[in-house]
Amino acid sequence: MSELTPEQVKHHIKTYVLVFVALAFLTIVTVAISYLDLGVVGGVVLALIVASIKGSLVACYFMHLIDEKVTIYWTLIATVVAFLILIFVPLSTMLAQAKI
Amino acid sequence: MDIPFTVKNRPDTGLYNGKLGVWLFLASEVMLFGGLFSAYIFLRTGVEQWPTGSEYLDIPLATLNTLFLITSSVTMVMSWASLKLNDFKKFKIYSGVTLLLALAFLVVKYFEYTHKFHVGYLPSTNNFLGIYFTMTGLHVLHIIGGMICIFYFWIPGAKMWESDPERFTNRIEIVGLYWHFVDLVWIFLFPVLYLL
Repeated sequence: MSELTPEQVKHHIKTYVLVFVALAFLTIVTVAISYLDLGVVGGVVLALIVASIKGSLVACYFMHLIDEKVTIYWTLIATVVAFLILIFVPLSTMLAQAKI
Repeated sequence: MDIPFTVKNRPDTGLYNGKLGVWLFLASEVMLFGGLFSAYIFLRTGVEQWPTGSEYLDIPLATLNTLFLITSSVTMVMSWASLKLNDFKKFKIYSGVTLLLALAFLVVKYFEYTHKFHVGYLPSTNNFLGIYFTMTGLHVLHIIGGMICIFYFWIPGAKMWESDPERFTNRIEIVGLYWHFVDLVWIFLFPVLYLL
């Protein structure tokens, strides 16, 4: 994150408060979704979408990823690729079993 | 001899060394928790029936804990913003509140764990409880680690503000990065373990 003037920091503080309100609201949404009868797949997909939105808000605004240096972006792209491989290994096993 | 780039950004990376170091550490943390999420998917998709979290876990308590952690993330980033505005008193207040919220999270977790042990829900009871205790236990260890760092900069390490305020502000920024990551992990643990 680049050097900030006091005015820019004050502007950031307003953003932090808005993000906090959004996160609290989305937490309630997450719990509400769990009480709806959406089936396993629908429930999982919707809950993970809401969690991803919350996670993105934390990463973008609290961790300032929205305004970071390219070195960090490259580090995280490599991490996300490795993470997705980890997640898709058991999923591919499940899909292979489903074919049998 | 001074260690270079403890405060100013390096010309090659555009970052000061501590910040790049913490981001690399967080990348390794993603893989640590990623392995456990992978194990969770493997366990869950490998059986015909998987219990819903509400059969074993307390959703209202976990929702309260989610709100504690989200609020602590705000107070953590506000403690850094206070230093950027040269307001050391507010930094102390926000850091103290962050610690209190983290402590509240641990107290709730203590009651959750002890209740489960009391009714005989142990990690060895079934795969669901095994992965639940492993993932939340590792997360609790991260909370404790974060609290130790925040406490250090709240009381004993705070004297650096007098001698080198820019470096101290950077330290709070990177402790904050770690703390937000711990919050981020919980944001995914909460629906995955408790709600699905």
